Amino acid sequence: MLYIPGNNPAMIQQGGIYGADSILLDLEDAVALNQKDSARILVRNMLKTIDFYDTEVCVRINNLNTPFGLPDLEEIVPLQPSAIRYPKTEYPVEIVNLIRIIEKIEDKHHLPHNSMTIHAMIETAMGVQNVFEIASKFNRIDAITVGGQDLTSDMDIVYTPDGTGIDFARKRIVMAAKASHIDVLDTVFPDVNDDIGLRKETEYAKKIGFTGKAVINPRQIDIIHEVFTPTEEEIRKAYRIVKEFRTNSVAGIGVFAIDGKMIDAPVVHRAEYILNLANIELPPYPRSAP
Amino acid sequence: MGMNPKIAAQSGTFESSDVIFLIEPVPENSGRKIELFSTVLHQYGESFNKIVVEMLDRFGITDIHLIAKDKGALEPTIKARLETAIIRSLGRQDSTLV
Repeated sequence: MLYIPGNNPAMIQQGGIYGADSILLDLEDAVALNQKDSARILVRNMLKTIDFYDTEVCVRINNLNTPFGLPDLEEIVPLQPSAIRYPKTEYPVEIVNLIRIIEKIEDKHHLPHNSMTIHAMIETAMGVQNVFEIASKFNRIDAITVGGQDLTSDMDIVYTPDGTGIDFARKRIVMAAKASHIDVLDTVFPDVNDDIGLRKETEYAKKIGFTGKAVINPRQIDIIHEVFTPTEEEIRKAYRIVKEFRTNSVAGIGVFAIDGKMIDAPVVHRAEYILNLANIELPPYPRSAP
Repeated sequence: MGMNPKIAAQSGTFESSDVIFLIEPVPENSGRKIELFSTVLHQYGESFNKIVVEMLDRFGITDIHLIAKDKGALEPTIKARLETAIIRSLGRQDSTLV
């Protein structure tokens, strides 16, 4: 997910050509306080007009505790981007209030309540403490994210490239997402000149369960994709596992071995996940003997 | 009934693909004075002017001094920046800390 400042027309109009899976048009931290009105109107017009091709478009609004959150919703919700990203979520009641306002605007414009989703950003210690309640209670939340810079600030610690200070938060947020069966996106890697550090952090994020990562510069996209996209070898292995599982299951065999390694349901589940990530159709079940 | 600018206002930037609008209030019945400077004046000057006139009509603005410095902005950007400048010049800057 590529962050694009909401007051930058040159970047917004090219949002669909960078190759990101999704873009986030930012009305919050990337916009100066005295330009909030300008960015809001610009993003609204761009959403109406610009073709972002198959790139998913999200808009990060300002928190409803600020004077900007409600006007943001009033302008953006009628245009139904893929998702609204809500910053600094700390308590489930904030999401209750957010959804109430969104649905009121949707009703006014005769829009359904089940199209645009919500991404809750967890960026404070309190948000981390309440993350499972936030992630699990609302059908409209289909992703949660960690905001590393704000979180370290809230914790009065310094962000370090090894991510030590936010490691607990990362893992707690991942676990809440997994328990709620929703996506979970890692925070940005702030040093755009450190490709090695970016790769290392992305590999770690993938290892502990994140399903994607935010970027602040288009040149970071390729590395993220390289890390998260399954390799050809992983895809071949996954395909073989699923195919053999399906063949065996028709014969009533639930556990078997490939190359001396035990294959059971969790291994098959992981293999299916890899094939889904790679957009590969699962192998068919063989026809059972008559 | 139309409204005319009450205060000087601006919006936009000098960045590429953007446009900056400067608005000045003028005495009543002065009419519209529009000055456009653009890197693509010859190609798009006419359509740019049309966008400006339509927006001023929409807000019912009859008396204004408006300067636009365009660096190749697309239509949605031109409209957004102009709408912002107009709203600011009308003193309706709700939800903006200036």
